[in-house]
Amino acid sequence: MNDFIRGKTAIVGAATFGIGEAPGYETIDLAARASIDALDQAGIALKDVDGLFLALPDDMLSGLSFAEYLGLRPKLTDNNRTGGSAFQTYVYHAALALAAGEIDTALIAYGSNQRTKAGKLMTPAQQFTWEDPYQPILPASSYALAASRHMHEFGTTREQLAEVAVSARGWANLNPDAFAKGPLTIDDCLSSRMVSTPLTVRDCCLVTDGAAAIVMTRADRARDLVAKPAYVLGAAAATWNRNISAMADLTVTAALESGQRAYAQAKLGPQDVDVVELYDAFTINTILFLEDLGFCPKGEGGRFVSGGAIAPGGSLPVNTNGGGLSCVHPGMYGLFTIVESVAQITGTAGARQIPDVDVAIAHGNGGTLSSQATVILGSGATV
Amino acid sequence: MAANDIVAIGDLHPNRDYQAFLDQGRFMLMRDRTTGEPFFYPRIMAPVTGSRDLEWFEPSGRGTVYAVTIVHRRPPTPNHNVVLVDLAEGPRLMSRVEGLTPEDVKIGMAVQARVAQVDGKGVLLFDPAPAEERAA
Repeated sequence: MNDFIRGKTAIVGAATFGIGEAPGYETIDLAARASIDALDQAGIALKDVDGLFLALPDDMLSGLSFAEYLGLRPKLTDNNRTGGSAFQTYVYHAALALAAGEIDTALIAYGSNQRTKAGKLMTPAQQFTWEDPYQPILPASSYALAASRHMHEFGTTREQLAEVAVSARGWANLNPDAFAKGPLTIDDCLSSRMVSTPLTVRDCCLVTDGAAAIVMTRADRARDLVAKPAYVLGAAAATWNRNISAMADLTVTAALESGQRAYAQAKLGPQDVDVVELYDAFTINTILFLEDLGFCPKGEGGRFVSGGAIAPGGSLPVNTNGGGLSCVHPGMYGLFTIVESVAQITGTAGARQIPDVDVAIAHGNGGTLSSQATVILGSGATV
Repeated sequence: MAANDIVAIGDLHPNRDYQAFLDQGRFMLMRDRTTGEPFFYPRIMAPVTGSRDLEWFEPSGRGTVYAVTIVHRRPPTPNHNVVLVDLAEGPRLMSRVEGLTPEDVKIGMAVQARVAQVDGKGVLLFDPAPAEERAA
């Protein structure tokens, strides 16, 4: 493993905007507002951005639109299509471009108004010819099929899935920005409306508005800009399939590969991680990614999350902002896992702050358990 | 068409040709003639190898339910199942099992392919396998 990634770059600004409902804004307005806030944190002028990485749900050429909107002429404009994991892949690509000296300042941004504009998941993704005749509810039924298989092979239960939702709600209750707050019990989850067995509406992520942005630069410059840069220690991506019907084993995701490569770059393992931020589009995701990223053996995820183990006060802090299940899910949640990781490393997470965070993992999922991308961030103590 | 139900491919249009077979009531799979490896969905080349030496063939239609979910609908629309089926020949595909209440469709169940005509178009569905095949 080369040393091209580890500690060479850092995140120096990370902001969100419009979490929950942000009526009256276009998606690009939301992304721009989060971007300006993130640049302000770093004390970097907008005109200094020379690498632009964007995703919007309603604009196929959103990277170009954003350059124009901001009044920038970037050297590198990326508008990739790896779904909710796009932002982890952006960190990966930005780290390479920054470390190579091709760009000096990368802005990675996202904005969506799906809740107030559409009232449901807003996605440019196409129905799949080979699945469409059978009327799955996408994406829920794809994840439901994965959950059915996990339950069949490993004895995972609906109660264990519900435990993931209840834990996320526990964290959301500590986060003033979280959209879904209030008490939530295992029984509440089990008795809520069934969507696609075994997943109820409480096993499914929120439909919200929201935007996020991060700013990256090289480590030497980062230290001059901010007191606590969040250093990129590892970043890797893997794609094994697009559609759930083409996934070789529904209980093993490409997070296994992206995680191993990111850990190798970081020269760290799961035992070194202080806080875990996973793309929880559905409760089964958290279980699958805890397994594939090495926090428990394959098949043990359901038992691992039981008894409040990943809730506030548990043995492993997971999705400390409340996740896609209870904090925010504007359609592509990946960037929010990175923003929350930065908050935990810089000690700005308020009531949900985990003490002494040196290493955080931010894992993105795209499509239907398709693209998987993992970013490992570290405090100044790790470099 | 050859008596052995193998159709060598000249000018290949995977999606259109597959649907045309279904519209005729036939479920056909594609395979790589060099390796004999069948694959789904049909493509203009074999995945992984990139081989373009392909042919259509008629699979046994036997399969096993690999995963299942029941999609809940607003009444009075009935709930329906969505399954992933592992075909005896290897490939996996999405379909629906008919002839059972959705709750009775289980992982590991033996099923048999059937082509139905819905709104003038062929659709691949599965029925529970006959008892003698389940015992086999």
